[in-house]
Amino acid sequence: DGVTSDAGLALEPGSRILGPFPSSKMAGEKKAGEKKAKKPRKHHASRNPVLARGIGKYSRSAMYARKAMYKRKYDAPETKIEKKKREKAPATLTKPVGGDKNGGNRVVKVRKMPRYYPTEDVPRKLLSHGKKPFCQHKRKLRASITPGTVLIILTGRHRGKRVVFLKQLASGLLLVTGPLAINRVPLRRTHQKFVIATSTKVDISGVKLPKHLTDAYFKKKRLRKPKHQEGEIFDTEKEKYEVTEQRKTDQKTVDSQILPIIKKVPQLRGYLRSVFALSNGVYPHKLVF
Amino acid sequence: METQDKKEYVNHFFQVFKRYVEIGRVAYISFGPHAGKLVAIVDVIDQNRALVDGPCSGVRRQAMPFKCMQLTDFVLKFPHSARQKHVRVAWEKENINEKWTGTRWAKKIEAREKKAKMTDFDRYKVMKAKKMRNRIIKHEVKKLQKQSSKKFNIHFVSVFVL
Repeated sequence: DGVTSDAGLALEPGSRILGPFPSSKMAGEKKAGEKKAKKPRKHHASRNPVLARGIGKYSRSAMYARKAMYKRKYDAPETKIEKKKREKAPATLTKPVGGDKNGGNRVVKVRKMPRYYPTEDVPRKLLSHGKKPFCQHKRKLRASITPGTVLIILTGRHRGKRVVFLKQLASGLLLVTGPLAINRVPLRRTHQKFVIATSTKVDISGVKLPKHLTDAYFKKKRLRKPKHQEGEIFDTEKEKYEVTEQRKTDQKTVDSQILPIIKKVPQLRGYLRSVFALSNGVYPHKLVF
Repeated sequence: METQDKKEYVNHFFQVFKRYVEIGRVAYISFGPHAGKLVAIVDVIDQNRALVDGPCSGVRRQAMPFKCMQLTDFVLKFPHSARQKHVRVAWEKENINEKWTGTRWAKKIEAREKKAKMTDFDRYKVMKAKKMRNRIIKHEVKKLQKQSSKKFNIHFVSVFVL
Protein backbone atom coordinates (compact mmCIF):
# COMPACT_ATOMS: atom_id res chain seq x y z
CA ASP A 1 0.00 0.00 0.00
CA GLY A 2 2.79 2.36 0.86
CA VAL A 3 4.41 1.64 -2.48
CA THR A 4 1.36 2.34 -4.55
CA SER A 5 0.46 5.46 -2.61
CA ASP A 6 3.99 6.68 -3.18
CA ALA A 7 3.83 6.06 -6.87
CA GLY A 8 0.72 8.12 -7.46
CA LEU A 9 1.13 11.40 -5.64
CA ALA A 10 -1.73 13.85 -5.69
CA LEU A 11 -0.41 17.36 -5.82
CA GLU A 12 -2.55 19.79 -3.92
CA PRO A 13 -2.62 23.07 -5.77
CA GLY A 14 -0.09 25.32 -4.12
CA SER A 15 1.81 22.55 -2.39
CA ARG A 16 5.54 22.20 -2.82
CA ILE A 17 7.55 19.03 -2.82
CA LEU A 18 11.06 19.98 -1.85
CA GLY A 19 14.20 18.13 -2.62
CA PRO A 20 15.01 15.16 -4.79
CA PHE A 21 12.23 12.73 -5.46
CA PRO A 22 12.85 9.16 -4.40
CA SER A 23 13.30 7.00 -7.48
CA SER A 24 10.37 4.70 -8.18
CA LYS A 25 11.16 1.25 -7.06
CA MET A 26 8.86 -0.70 -9.34
CA ALA A 27 10.53 -3.98 -10.05
CA GLY A 28 9.56 -3.94 -13.67
CA GLU A 29 11.27 -0.55 -14.13
CA LYS A 30 14.76 -1.66 -13.26
CA LYS A 31 14.62 -4.58 -15.57
CA ALA A 32 13.38 -2.53 -18.47
CA GLY A 33 16.10 0.08 -18.60
CA GLU A 34 18.21 1.67 -15.94
CA LYS A 35 18.73 4.78 -18.03
CA LYS A 36 15.15 5.83 -17.40
CA ALA A 37 15.46 5.96 -13.65
CA LYS A 38 12.47 8.20 -13.27
CA LYS A 39 9.22 6.99 -14.65
CA PRO A 40 6.97 9.88 -15.57
CA ARG A 41 4.94 10.22 -12.37
CA LYS A 42 1.25 9.67 -12.50
CA HIS A 43 -0.28 12.22 -10.19
CA HIS A 44 -3.11 11.24 -7.94
CA ALA A 45 -6.30 13.20 -8.23
CA SER A 46 -7.07 15.63 -5.47
CA ARG A 47 -7.67 13.85 -2.21
CA ASN A 48 -9.77 16.70 -0.92
CA PRO A 49 -13.23 16.68 -2.44
CA VAL A 50 -14.65 20.07 -3.14
CA LEU A 51 -17.75 21.13 -1.21
CA ALA A 52 -18.03 24.56 -2.75
CA ARG A 53 -15.59 26.59 -4.76
CA GLY A 54 -12.53 27.27 -2.63
CA ILE A 55 -13.74 25.03 0.24
CA GLY A 56 -12.51 21.46 0.69
CA LYS A 57 -13.92 18.77 2.86
CA TYR A 58 -10.81 18.15 4.93
CA SER A 59 -8.76 20.44 7.07
CA ARG A 60 -5.07 21.10 6.71
CA SER A 61 -4.06 18.59 9.31
CA ALA A 62 -6.39 15.93 7.86
CA MET A 63 -4.88 16.50 4.45
CA TYR A 64 -1.41 16.25 5.91
CA ALA A 65 -2.29 12.75 7.06
CA ARG A 66 -4.13 11.78 3.88
CA LYS A 67 -1.25 12.85 1.64
CA ALA A 68 1.24 11.09 3.92
CA MET A 69 3.39 14.23 4.12
CA TYR A 70 4.97 12.73 7.26
CA LYS A 71 6.78 10.39 4.89
CA ARG A 72 7.86 13.12 2.46
CA LYS A 73 10.21 15.35 4.29
CA TYR A 74 13.08 16.69 2.25
CA ASP A 75 15.98 18.92 3.03
CA ALA A 76 16.67 22.06 1.05
CA PRO A 77 20.18 22.18 -0.42
CA GLU A 78 22.71 23.96 1.73
CA THR A 79 23.08 27.61 0.77
CA LYS A 80 26.48 29.28 0.42
CA ILE A 81 25.99 31.26 3.60
CA GLU A 82 25.25 28.14 5.59
CA LYS A 83 28.27 26.48 4.10
CA LYS A 84 30.42 29.42 5.12
CA LYS A 85 29.06 29.22 8.62
CA ARG A 86 29.90 25.57 8.77
CA GLU A 87 33.50 26.00 7.65
CA LYS A 88 34.89 27.87 10.57
CA ALA A 89 38.28 29.53 10.61
CA PRO A 90 40.55 28.43 13.41
CA ALA A 91 40.03 30.50 16.58
CA THR A 92 43.54 30.07 17.99
CA LEU A 93 47.03 29.52 16.67
CA THR A 94 50.11 28.12 18.34
CA LYS A 95 53.16 30.23 17.76
CA PRO A 96 56.76 29.42 18.69
CA VAL A 97 58.34 31.53 21.40
CA GLY A 98 62.03 32.03 22.02
CA GLY A 99 64.06 32.14 25.19
CA ASP A 100 65.12 29.44 27.70
CA LYS A 101 62.74 27.73 30.00
CA ASN A 102 59.85 29.44 28.33
CA GLY A 103 57.98 26.48 26.97
CA GLY A 104 58.30 26.28 23.22
CA ASN A 105 54.87 27.61 22.25
CA ARG A 106 52.15 29.97 23.17
CA VAL A 107 48.54 29.55 22.19
CA VAL A 108 47.49 32.85 20.64
CA LYS A 109 43.99 33.97 19.79
CA VAL A 110 43.52 34.81 16.15
CA ARG A 111 40.88 37.48 16.77
CA LYS A 112 41.60 39.33 19.97
CA MET A 113 39.17 41.19 22.22
CA PRO A 114 39.15 44.95 21.72
CA ARG A 115 41.59 46.84 23.94
CA TYR A 116 39.50 49.99 24.09
CA TYR A 117 35.79 50.67 24.36
CA PRO A 118 34.85 54.27 23.66
CA THR A 119 32.59 55.96 26.23
CA GLU A 120 30.32 57.29 23.52
CA ASP A 121 29.07 55.05 20.82
CA VAL A 122 29.53 56.52 17.39
CA PRO A 123 26.25 56.26 15.50
CA ARG A 124 26.35 54.04 12.46
CA LYS A 125 26.71 55.92 9.20
CA LEU A 126 23.97 55.56 6.65
CA LEU A 127 24.75 53.46 3.63
CA SER A 128 25.97 55.47 0.65
CA HIS A 129 25.82 54.39 -2.96
CA GLY A 130 28.34 54.73 -5.71
CA LYS A 131 30.91 56.78 -3.75
CA LYS A 132 34.15 55.28 -4.96
CA PRO A 133 37.64 56.10 -3.74
CA PHE A 134 39.97 57.97 -6.08
CA CYS A 135 41.78 54.84 -7.20
CA GLN A 136 38.55 53.44 -8.62
CA HIS A 137 37.39 56.55 -10.42
CA LYS A 138 36.77 56.42 -14.16
CA ARG A 139 39.59 58.14 -16.04
CA LYS A 140 38.66 60.18 -19.05
CA LEU A 141 40.89 61.43 -21.81
CA ARG A 142 40.00 64.11 -24.33
CA ALA A 143 39.57 62.73 -27.83
CA SER A 144 42.08 65.23 -29.14
CA ILE A 145 44.85 63.71 -26.99
CA THR A 146 46.28 60.51 -28.48
CA PRO A 147 49.73 58.99 -28.03
CA GLY A 148 52.18 61.10 -30.00
CA THR A 149 50.22 64.34 -29.85
CA VAL A 150 52.20 67.52 -29.33
CA LEU A 151 50.83 69.26 -26.25
CA ILE A 152 51.38 72.81 -25.03
CA ILE A 153 51.94 72.89 -21.28
CA LEU A 154 50.26 75.87 -19.67
CA THR A 155 51.30 75.74 -16.02
CA GLY A 156 54.32 74.83 -14.02
CA ARG A 157 57.94 75.56 -14.66
CA HIS A 158 57.64 74.36 -18.23
CA ARG A 159 54.81 76.63 -19.23
CA GLY A 160 54.54 77.38 -22.89
CA LYS A 161 56.71 74.46 -23.90
CA ARG A 162 55.64 72.08 -26.58
CA VAL A 163 55.95 68.50 -25.55
CA VAL A 164 55.20 64.98 -26.83
CA PHE A 165 52.45 63.00 -25.12
CA LEU A 166 53.25 59.35 -24.40
CA LYS A 167 50.42 57.78 -22.45
CA GLN A 168 47.87 58.27 -19.71
CA LEU A 169 48.83 56.81 -16.33
CA ALA A 170 46.54 54.96 -13.96
CA SER A 171 45.85 58.07 -11.91
CA GLY A 172 44.66 59.93 -15.00
CA LEU A 173 47.72 62.14 -15.33
CA LEU A 174 49.49 62.33 -18.67
CA LEU A 175 53.01 61.00 -19.12
CA VAL A 176 54.94 63.42 -21.25
CA THR A 177 58.48 63.91 -22.50
CA GLY A 178 60.25 66.91 -24.09
CA PRO A 179 62.29 65.07 -25.38
CA LEU A 180 64.90 66.25 -22.92
CA ALA A 181 67.51 67.03 -25.57
CA ILE A 182 65.11 69.33 -27.38
CA ASN A 183 63.48 71.43 -24.70
CA ARG A 184 64.71 70.23 -21.30
CA VAL A 185 61.43 68.65 -20.33
CA PRO A 186 62.12 65.21 -18.85
CA LEU A 187 59.76 62.27 -18.52
CA ARG A 188 57.14 63.99 -16.47
CA ARG A 189 53.51 63.91 -15.46
CA THR A 190 51.09 66.68 -16.38
CA HIS A 191 47.44 67.23 -15.85
CA GLN A 192 45.07 66.98 -18.76
CA LYS A 193 43.26 70.18 -17.80
CA PHE A 194 46.33 72.36 -17.94
CA VAL A 195 47.38 71.42 -21.41
CA ILE A 196 46.40 72.45 -24.94
CA ALA A 197 46.31 69.61 -27.42
CA THR A 198 47.54 70.62 -30.85
CA SER A 199 46.60 68.75 -33.97
CA THR A 200 50.23 67.90 -34.68
CA LYS A 201 50.93 64.23 -34.10
CA VAL A 202 54.14 62.20 -33.99
CA ASP A 203 53.97 58.54 -34.90
CA ILE A 204 54.75 56.78 -31.62
CA SER A 205 53.29 53.41 -32.48
CA GLY A 206 56.70 51.76 -32.62
CA VAL A 207 57.96 53.21 -29.36
CA LYS A 208 58.16 50.84 -26.42
CA LEU A 209 57.86 52.46 -23.01
CA PRO A 210 59.40 50.73 -19.98
CA LYS A 211 56.77 49.08 -17.84
CA HIS A 212 57.93 50.54 -14.55
CA LEU A 213 56.91 54.10 -15.47
CA THR A 214 53.86 54.34 -13.20
CA ASP A 215 52.47 56.85 -10.76
CA ALA A 216 54.50 55.37 -7.92
CA TYR A 217 57.68 55.96 -9.92
CA PHE A 218 56.91 59.64 -10.36
CA LYS A 219 55.45 60.34 -6.94
CA LYS A 220 57.29 62.94 -4.88
CA LYS A 221 59.24 61.42 -1.99
CA ARG A 222 59.03 62.98 1.47
CA LEU A 223 61.19 61.92 4.45
CA ARG A 224 59.07 61.06 7.43
CA LYS A 225 61.51 60.24 10.21
CA PRO A 226 62.18 63.32 12.32
CA LYS A 227 63.73 62.12 15.53
CA HIS A 228 62.34 65.12 17.41
CA GLN A 229 65.49 67.16 17.12
CA GLU A 230 64.16 70.66 17.02
CA GLY A 231 65.92 72.99 14.67
CA GLU A 232 67.50 70.27 12.62
CA ILE A 233 64.27 68.84 11.32
CA PHE A 234 64.01 71.20 8.40
CA ASP A 235 67.56 70.65 7.30
CA THR A 236 67.37 66.91 6.98
CA GLU A 237 64.30 67.04 4.72
CA LYS A 238 65.13 66.76 1.04
CA GLU A 239 65.28 70.35 -0.19
CA LYS A 240 66.87 69.90 -3.53
CA TYR A 241 65.63 67.34 -5.96
CA GLU A 242 68.40 65.19 -7.38
CA VAL A 243 68.06 63.25 -10.57
CA THR A 244 68.53 59.56 -9.93
CA GLU A 245 70.46 57.36 -12.31
CA GLN A 246 67.39 55.34 -13.09
CA ARG A 247 65.60 58.44 -14.31
CA LYS A 248 68.51 59.20 -16.59
CA THR A 249 68.54 55.75 -18.10
CA ASP A 250 64.79 55.71 -18.58
CA GLN A 251 64.95 59.13 -20.20
CA LYS A 252 67.60 57.85 -22.57
CA THR A 253 65.70 54.73 -23.57
CA VAL A 254 62.54 56.66 -24.35
CA ASP A 255 64.16 59.63 -26.05
CA SER A 256 66.46 57.53 -28.20
CA GLN A 257 63.32 56.03 -29.76
CA ILE A 258 61.49 59.29 -30.22
CA LEU A 259 64.25 61.60 -31.48
CA PRO A 260 64.78 59.89 -34.85
CA ILE A 261 61.03 60.03 -35.52
CA ILE A 262 61.02 63.75 -34.77
CA LYS A 263 64.03 64.37 -36.98
CA LYS A 264 62.23 62.86 -39.93
CA VAL A 265 59.48 65.49 -39.91
CA PRO A 266 60.84 68.78 -41.31
CA GLN A 267 60.93 71.68 -38.85
CA LEU A 268 59.35 69.64 -36.06
CA ARG A 269 62.47 69.81 -33.95
CA GLY A 270 62.54 73.60 -34.12
CA TYR A 271 58.82 73.64 -33.35
CA LEU A 272 59.32 71.61 -30.20
CA ARG A 273 62.15 73.84 -29.17
CA SER A 274 60.03 76.97 -29.50
CA VAL A 275 57.73 78.29 -26.83
CA PHE A 276 54.06 79.23 -27.19
CA ALA A 277 53.14 82.83 -26.50
CA LEU A 278 50.26 85.21 -27.08
CA SER A 279 50.73 88.60 -28.63
CA ASN A 280 48.57 91.48 -29.78
CA GLY A 281 45.64 90.40 -31.87
CA VAL A 282 46.02 86.72 -31.00
CA TYR A 283 42.93 85.35 -29.31
CA PRO A 284 43.03 81.74 -28.06
CA HIS A 285 39.34 81.16 -28.73
CA LYS A 286 39.90 82.03 -32.38
CA LEU A 287 43.07 80.02 -32.86
CA VAL A 288 42.97 76.61 -34.41
CA PHE A 289 45.46 74.47 -32.54
CA MET B 1 23.99 97.47 -76.97
CA GLU B 2 22.09 98.19 -73.82
CA THR B 3 24.99 97.99 -71.48
CA GLN B 4 27.10 100.21 -73.70
CA ASP B 5 24.29 102.75 -73.94
CA LYS B 6 24.03 102.77 -70.19
CA LYS B 7 27.63 103.57 -69.86
CA GLU B 8 27.44 106.25 -72.49
CA TYR B 9 24.73 107.83 -70.39
CA VAL B 10 27.25 108.27 -67.69
CA ASN B 11 28.62 111.61 -68.61
CA HIS B 12 30.76 112.65 -65.65
CA PHE B 13 34.44 113.27 -65.72
CA PHE B 14 34.83 110.04 -63.83
CA GLN B 15 32.52 107.14 -63.16
CA VAL B 16 31.16 106.83 -59.64
CA PHE B 17 30.04 103.27 -60.17
CA LYS B 18 31.80 100.77 -62.38
CA ARG B 19 29.71 97.64 -61.87
CA TYR B 20 26.00 97.77 -62.51
CA VAL B 21 23.17 95.44 -61.67
CA GLU B 22 22.06 94.12 -65.02
CA ILE B 23 20.78 90.92 -66.49
CA GLY B 24 23.65 88.52 -66.60
CA ARG B 25 25.76 90.25 -63.98
CA VAL B 26 27.64 87.66 -61.95
CA ALA B 27 27.46 88.38 -58.23
CA TYR B 28 29.24 86.96 -55.21
CA ILE B 29 27.00 86.14 -52.25
CA SER B 30 28.58 87.53 -49.11
CA PHE B 31 26.30 86.25 -46.36
CA GLY B 32 23.31 84.02 -45.86
CA PRO B 33 22.82 80.33 -46.51
CA HIS B 34 24.66 80.52 -49.83
CA ALA B 35 27.56 82.59 -48.60
CA GLY B 36 30.64 82.35 -50.77
CA LYS B 37 28.95 81.25 -54.00
CA LEU B 38 28.59 82.95 -57.38
CA VAL B 39 25.22 83.62 -59.01
CA ALA B 40 23.98 85.32 -62.13
CA ILE B 41 21.25 87.96 -61.97
CA VAL B 42 18.45 86.74 -64.18
CA ASP B 43 15.82 89.37 -63.50
CA VAL B 44 15.04 92.23 -61.15
CA ILE B 45 11.94 91.77 -59.02
CA ASP B 46 11.71 95.09 -57.23
CA GLN B 47 13.92 97.63 -55.58
CA ASN B 48 15.43 95.14 -53.17
CA ARG B 49 15.35 91.75 -54.79
CA ALA B 50 16.54 90.00 -57.87
CA LEU B 51 15.79 86.68 -59.41
CA VAL B 52 19.04 84.86 -59.23
CA ASP B 53 20.41 81.57 -60.50
CA GLY B 54 23.67 79.71 -60.02
CA PRO B 55 23.49 76.47 -61.97
CA CYS B 56 27.26 75.90 -61.91
CA SER B 57 27.71 76.91 -58.28
CA GLY B 58 24.92 74.98 -56.59
CA VAL B 59 22.42 77.79 -56.04
CA ARG B 60 18.84 77.14 -57.05
CA ARG B 61 16.95 79.71 -58.96
CA GLN B 62 15.46 81.98 -56.33
CA ALA B 63 14.79 85.53 -55.23
CA MET B 64 17.66 87.11 -53.40
CA PRO B 65 18.04 90.52 -51.81
CA PHE B 66 20.62 92.82 -53.37
CA LYS B 67 22.11 93.47 -49.98
CA CYS B 68 23.74 90.08 -49.76
CA MET B 69 25.15 90.25 -53.28
CA GLN B 70 28.44 91.80 -54.24
CA LEU B 71 28.84 92.48 -57.95
CA THR B 72 31.79 91.06 -59.81
CA ASP B 73 33.32 92.15 -63.08
CA PHE B 74 31.75 89.38 -65.08
CA VAL B 75 28.64 89.77 -67.22
CA LEU B 76 26.93 86.98 -69.09
CA LYS B 77 24.79 87.26 -72.12
CA PHE B 78 21.31 85.92 -71.85
CA PRO B 79 17.88 87.50 -72.10
CA HIS B 80 15.98 88.37 -68.94
CA SER B 81 14.13 85.49 -67.21
CA ALA B 82 16.06 82.98 -69.29
CA ARG B 83 15.77 79.37 -68.30
CA GLN B 84 18.36 77.78 -66.08
CA LYS B 85 19.63 75.80 -69.05
CA HIS B 86 20.52 78.96 -70.90
CA VAL B 87 22.13 80.49 -67.90
CA ARG B 88 24.26 77.41 -67.55
CA VAL B 89 25.22 77.46 -71.20
CA ALA B 90 26.24 81.10 -70.98
CA TRP B 91 28.15 80.46 -67.76
CA GLU B 92 30.11 77.61 -69.16
CA LYS B 93 30.79 79.43 -72.41
CA GLU B 94 32.39 82.30 -70.53
CA ASN B 95 34.13 79.84 -68.22
CA ILE B 96 33.21 81.94 -65.22
CA ASN B 97 34.38 79.43 -62.62
CA GLU B 98 37.93 79.43 -63.89
CA LYS B 99 37.99 83.18 -64.41
CA TRP B 100 36.74 83.68 -60.89
CA THR B 101 39.43 81.55 -59.27
CA GLY B 102 41.99 83.57 -61.25
CA THR B 103 40.85 86.92 -59.87
CA ARG B 104 42.62 88.58 -56.99
CA TRP B 105 39.34 88.73 -55.10
CA ALA B 106 38.96 84.97 -55.05
CA LYS B 107 42.61 84.51 -54.14
CA LYS B 108 42.28 86.85 -51.20
CA ILE B 109 39.26 84.94 -49.97
CA GLU B 110 41.16 81.71 -50.23
CA ALA B 111 44.16 83.13 -48.40
CA ARG B 112 41.93 84.34 -45.59
CA GLU B 113 40.38 80.89 -45.25
CA LYS B 114 43.76 79.22 -45.17
CA LYS B 115 45.00 81.61 -42.53
CA ALA B 116 42.02 80.87 -40.31
CA LYS B 117 42.67 77.15 -40.60
CA MET B 118 46.34 77.35 -39.66
CA THR B 119 47.38 75.02 -36.89
CA ASP B 120 49.96 75.84 -34.26
CA PHE B 121 52.65 74.01 -36.23
CA ASP B 122 51.68 75.89 -39.41
CA ARG B 123 51.97 79.17 -37.59
CA TYR B 124 55.47 78.27 -36.52
CA LYS B 125 56.47 77.38 -40.07
CA VAL B 126 55.03 80.64 -41.38
CA MET B 127 56.93 82.55 -38.75
CA LYS B 128 60.17 80.90 -39.75
CA ALA B 129 59.53 81.50 -43.44
CA LYS B 130 58.67 85.16 -42.88
CA LYS B 131 61.76 85.64 -40.77
CA MET B 132 63.98 84.17 -43.44
CA ARG B 133 62.33 86.23 -46.18
CA ASN B 134 62.70 89.44 -44.25
CA ARG B 135 66.29 88.65 -43.55
CA ILE B 136 67.03 88.21 -47.23
CA ILE B 137 65.21 91.39 -48.11
CA LYS B 138 67.01 93.36 -45.44
CA HIS B 139 70.30 92.02 -46.60
CA GLU B 140 69.72 93.20 -50.14
CA VAL B 141 68.45 96.57 -49.00
CA LYS B 142 71.50 97.04 -46.81
CA LYS B 143 73.71 96.21 -49.74
CA LEU B 144 72.04 98.80 -51.92
CA GLN B 145 72.20 101.38 -49.14
CA LYS B 146 75.88 100.76 -48.73
CA GLN B 147 76.47 101.16 -52.44
CA SER B 148 74.58 104.40 -52.62
CA SER B 149 76.24 105.79 -49.50
CA LYS B 150 79.67 104.90 -50.91
CA LYS B 151 78.86 106.83 -54.11
CA PHE B 152 77.75 109.80 -52.06
CA ASN B 153 80.90 109.68 -49.97
CA ILE B 154 83.13 109.65 -53.05
CA HIS B 155 81.32 112.72 -54.40
CA PHE B 156 81.71 114.47 -51.08
CA VAL B 157 85.37 113.66 -50.81
CA SER B 158 86.03 114.76 -54.36
CA VAL B 159 84.32 118.12 -53.66
CA PHE B 160 86.60 118.62 -50.65
CA VAL B 161 89.62 117.74 -52.65
CA LEU B 162 88.69 120.29 -55.21
